[in-house]
Amino acid sequence: MDTANLAWMLTASALVLFMTPGLAFFYGGLVRAKNVISTIMYSFIAMAVVSIVWVLWGYSLAFGEGGRFIGDLSFVGLSGIDINDGDGMDLLFVVFQMMFAIITPALITGAFVERFKFTTYLVFLVLWITFVYAPICHWVWAEKGWLFDAGTLDFAGGTVVHINAAVAAVAAALLVGRRRNPGLEPHNVPYVVLGAGILWFGWFGFNAGSGLAANGQAVNAFLVTNTSAAAAALTWGLLSQFQTGKMSAVGVATGAVAGLVAITPASGFVGVMGSIAIGFGAGMLCYFAVLLRNKTKLDDALDVFAVHGIGGIWGAMATGIFAATAIGGVPGVIEGNIGQLGIQGVAVGATLVYSLVVTLGLLKILDIIPGLGLRVSEREEDEGLDISAHGERAYIRDGAD
Amino acid sequence: MLKVEAIIRPERISQLTPALDAVGCTGYHYANITGQGRQGGVEVSVGRGGQTTVRAAVPKTLITTVIPDELLEKVIDAILEAARSPGGGNLGDGKIFVSQVLDVVRVSSGERGAIAL
Repeated sequence: MDTANLAWMLTASALVLFMTPGLAFFYGGLVRAKNVISTIMYSFIAMAVVSIVWVLWGYSLAFGEGGRFIGDLSFVGLSGIDINDGDGMDLLFVVFQMMFAIITPALITGAFVERFKFTTYLVFLVLWITFVYAPICHWVWAEKGWLFDAGTLDFAGGTVVHINAAVAAVAAALLVGRRRNPGLEPHNVPYVVLGAGILWFGWFGFNAGSGLAANGQAVNAFLVTNTSAAAAALTWGLLSQFQTGKMSAVGVATGAVAGLVAITPASGFVGVMGSIAIGFGAGMLCYFAVLLRNKTKLDDALDVFAVHGIGGIWGAMATGIFAATAIGGVPGVIEGNIGQLGIQGVAVGATLVYSLVVTLGLLKILDIIPGLGLRVSEREEDEGLDISAHGERAYIRDGAD
Repeated sequence: MLKVEAIIRPERISQLTPALDAVGCTGYHYANITGQGRQGGVEVSVGRGGQTTVRAAVPKTLITTVIPDELLEKVIDAILEAARSPGGGNLGDGKIFVSQVLDVVRVSSGERGAIAL
């Protein structure tokens, strides 16, 4: 029994879970003070809902043997997985993967904060994990999955997690519509930086855990993750310094997240110099994607697509470019394997199309079901979702008791 | 009786309250506010640090006190002394508003007028 692997993977699983409350604070700081509890709850409740869905049927649909496109129901309720299978690693894989399933729909919520109906969101979580996340997870990571079979390189979830969530975010922003009165400034910049810091920390579990072992590849993944985040944070900060004359803390925090997104698929395949290039590219591309998105009518409120979509696509393609045989056993374009870029492109395209179409469909259905609907009333939106959906205030300013 | 309301720089409040005590002012209250005067607003980042906008949101402190008429000049001098920037004052140091007060009632005893101050 390799207890070192077990110990590291238990730790990595806990680290990945911690990313979701980190994301809650990252998003929570960016919204207005009257919607901070609502925004945090979109992420936090995913830890409750998705955990249950995952052990009941989510894991089975994603990793049951099944066919090329989806798993089966052989592991429903985790039946058929003994605690000693693979010396405990089989059950630990269920746990580790569960944390990825939790954070992915939480990422989507950044697009529809300050206006999406909470009760509908609970139903959406169940449906989206079942019909969007589980199939794409199966394509890319299950042994029979068609993208896995095609040789797609996605070490820790560039397609499954980030591109998938980002395009679902676009679908949600399109259907829920623009906010009536978007705020101008983040209400709590320290929350944003705190959240980004927790994400950065948790991401070590995300990427360095994705080889499922405590070995040199995991150490390399740890290093390139950190380096890419650093390069992207610095790039974003300097761009904001040049453009506005001041280095924005929100900008640096967002840059770090963009760098972490981009290195995710690459972290088991590229070396440290490649990771600097990936982080730099993520900082540049995502920075200008945010500026461009602000010129469109799409109210992707917290720029999920600009950061996770553009960063994820760049990361997936960059994996095909910078992959080094010495790191992950697969050559990329710089080692003469031009074909890898095409394989990566197919995975990106398939994820974009499938997630967009099915998410649009799911949300359309939820919108017309009586009693659900996507959007809160105008009065509730103006009042703020903290009071109207949760009956709580984040900051009691009057202090009168 | 007169109500004196002064908008000052927040960092001046710790000099102003002892100065008011010293001239015999018996009570006051203050709150942090935002707004803008002739110096304009404040430039803040929007959109993840790539853009900025100017908002009418300069932090100021509003202090309010009600005083007997004869104390007015002393109170004004105290505010000018405590709230004016060193070296002859700057744009943004604030403003003082003076208005008449019709009546004052002390809640504990029901006393009316100047005696209740």
